[in-house]
Amino acid sequence: MKKPVIEFSNYSFKYNSQVEPTLHNLNLTIYEGEKVVIVGPSGSGKSTIGQCLNGLVPFSYKGEVTGSLAIFGQEARNLDIFTLSKMVGTVLQDPDGQFIGLTVGEDIAFSLENDCIDQSQMVQMVDDIAKMVDMERRLQSSVHHLSGGQKQRVSLAGVMVDQVDILLFDEPLANLDPTTGKSAIELIDQIHEQMNKTIIIIEHRLEDVLHRNVDRIIVIDEGRIVADEHPDAILASSILEQHHIREPLYVKAAKYAGCALTAEMRPSRLHTFALKNCQEKLIEWYENVEREGKTKSSSPVLEVEHLSFSYHGGKEIIQDISFSVQKGEMVSIVGKNGAGKSTLSKLICGFEKPQSGKIMFHGQEVTADSIKERALRVGMVMQNPNHMISKNMIFDEVALGLTIRGVPENKIKERVEKTLKVCGLYPFRNWPISALSFGQKKRVTIASILVLEPEILILDEPTAGQDLRHYTEIMEFLVELNRQGMTILMVTHDMHIMLEYTSRAIVITDGQIIADDSAAAVLTNRELIKQANLKETSLFELAERIGIEEPKEFVERFIVFDREERGKWQ
Amino acid sequence: MAVEMLSYIEKNTAVHRLTGVTKLLCFILWSTAAMLTYDTRILIFLFLMSIWIFIVSKIEIKEVSFVLIFIFIFLLLNNVAIYGFSPQEGVKIYGTSHVLFEIAGRYNVTLEQIFYQFNITLKYFTVAPVALLFIVTTHPSEFAASLNKIGISYRISYAVSLALRYIPDVQRDFRNIALAQQARGLDMSNKEKLPKRVKNAASIIIPLILSSLDKIETISNAMELRGFGKNKKRTWYSSRPFQKSDYLVLTCFILILAASLIITFHDGNRFYNPFQ
Repeated sequence: MKKPVIEFSNYSFKYNSQVEPTLHNLNLTIYEGEKVVIVGPSGSGKSTIGQCLNGLVPFSYKGEVTGSLAIFGQEARNLDIFTLSKMVGTVLQDPDGQFIGLTVGEDIAFSLENDCIDQSQMVQMVDDIAKMVDMERRLQSSVHHLSGGQKQRVSLAGVMVDQVDILLFDEPLANLDPTTGKSAIELIDQIHEQMNKTIIIIEHRLEDVLHRNVDRIIVIDEGRIVADEHPDAILASSILEQHHIREPLYVKAAKYAGCALTAEMRPSRLHTFALKNCQEKLIEWYENVEREGKTKSSSPVLEVEHLSFSYHGGKEIIQDISFSVQKGEMVSIVGKNGAGKSTLSKLICGFEKPQSGKIMFHGQEVTADSIKERALRVGMVMQNPNHMISKNMIFDEVALGLTIRGVPENKIKERVEKTLKVCGLYPFRNWPISALSFGQKKRVTIASILVLEPEILILDEPTAGQDLRHYTEIMEFLVELNRQGMTILMVTHDMHIMLEYTSRAIVITDGQIIADDSAAAVLTNRELIKQANLKETSLFELAERIGIEEPKEFVERFIVFDREERGKWQ
Repeated sequence: MAVEMLSYIEKNTAVHRLTGVTKLLCFILWSTAAMLTYDTRILIFLFLMSIWIFIVSKIEIKEVSFVLIFIFIFLLLNNVAIYGFSPQEGVKIYGTSHVLFEIAGRYNVTLEQIFYQFNITLKYFTVAPVALLFIVTTHPSEFAASLNKIGISYRISYAVSLALRYIPDVQRDFRNIALAQQARGLDMSNKEKLPKRVKNAASIIIPLILSSLDKIETISNAMELRGFGKNKKRTWYSSRPFQKSDYLVLTCFILILAASLIITFHDGNRFYNPFQ
């Protein structure tokens, strides 16, 4: 009999700041050495479960606990956060925000310092743990100069140095590009295998987590456990779809094709997935499903010619980039972290001045225009809406840009109301912004840019940190804008966005464009994928396995179909 | 790119190699000497020496120019205020009155007042470079450890060092937010009238504060989850043992303080009086 390490029984929790409990009557047991994934939409309470385990709830975030949570047989609320942190090590979502030490060594040592470990002994322990995550040569490096994957290694080491038995990962993939995310999952798996830790991963990128073996998937919605089973059983059921959690794309495709999935077909990983009974159905579906007609190109609205840029004569971040965007296009700019995507968008908005090259709108050069002038043509929506919102009321926030420009009052009212209607925010116009969800705030920031009537909208990671429902909501809204004629550029490393929503992808690596093609073509080109730290879509492999001659075509058809299906949710 | 002020500037010099504790203690000794004395000879000596240390540290003026300008403005304000409130302070201290010219009422310009305010200015010039040097040559990870070593609670030490460390981050956020707001038409340049500019600045400050609060929440959770605040004491991974040079420098500074105190107070007066 396996030993239970975590036992929730009839556990409920209500934050003091909220009226309704976040967790209802939870019953859940996790056994020693298990690897468990907790999934659920935003606001489902999945992060709260994590906080209950590491002690942030109820010790930092106060609230009402009923029922019991036992960790290694001890009642959690009778312990304190420090004792709990010796049993459950937490790797938080954003490595940048959680680094406390400045150098790798120092950050790993942080918890040892708090335990008053002698310096010489501490140095030895840090060396040992750094070896385990393969960072022993970088002990003196500044944590901020590491790559995304290395950062993850360091934060993992900083937690493991405590000899914890349970490792809790709170959305470990959120800020990683696809390839780095893949190696993070491999690293977690390696730790699990070698050190027999109990692993709990909270994540909504389920397909990526399933890259390595997982013992159980726990589905949470509205504070309740709605499923707790082996991945194969979960994927075969319709539970994920019901709770708006993204299923692996190959599973989705099989379901669309009308295949009856069972756990015995082992759908949790593509290479174990028994496709024998599905093959025909999939091919049949592929042949029947319609595909979207190509959008005709019109006149170019934005042209970038031989653009180069570097900070203060340093290394060139953008090297001789040229491309053009047609009116009404929706284009994604992708590439690994630090490839120059954000810098490129800043150059287009005039936030930075290029060293050489030209930027043209409708054939007219604007390279020398000020930020304010450029803003009339391009609107930039930043990743974090909190970086843009400065007013209390929605109406005022959206009106801000016009008020500053001295537009007459009645004109402002007319334009703001029109924009709010377009963005579906009109009913909320007199609400305080603080009452909105993240997705709605994002809309407010988009509205506050749209009201200035730019010709191009640039969005930096428009859906970062959003669950599938909010993601769909934001993206469908952008598609609608696009239909109305708005040209949209998106900077992202989310492959779903580029695959599902943009007809064209510009791939940047080390400041250069290495591809400018249809999204499906990019994600089915192995060479490109490797260079740009992207990940091949599982649909491609599925198509190959069932013997479809044009896998790219299969991918494209799936996407069109899937988008229509999800559109029905709203 | 944002000018990074008040953050560690990496160089390999004798000043950088001293441990953080030594630098902190020296800074305290130095400021004590400069604060207590009004003896112009000592101040000039200290001033020259601080310039020498500055040169040794190889920190360039342009790397700290922003803060220096800030200090100059403050100094100017201070001088104006002293004259405004107490135009006869110099006469009172030195006991003579060499009037250069009259302005109105008790406001005249005397050699004594000029000399007195010159001394005050000199104090600024002796303390400011050393304070700056302490901040920009002490590796931030050693910063907290040094404060803690001289007896300040480690919580406060960490708070101070985190605050210093977040300056570059906050500057980066500030710049991003400012750019986004400018794109919406906000004018922060000289073209706009001052009251309007102040109002515009609020549209940058509010999002900046909100995003900084988010950061604080994340880091304090991370620290708590890794046991910060558990014990009364803690050890430091990056604290360094004292070297010969540390003892040597500390001894020198103690001697400087002692000497300056003796010279200042041996005649029972903190002021050096050239007018008698």
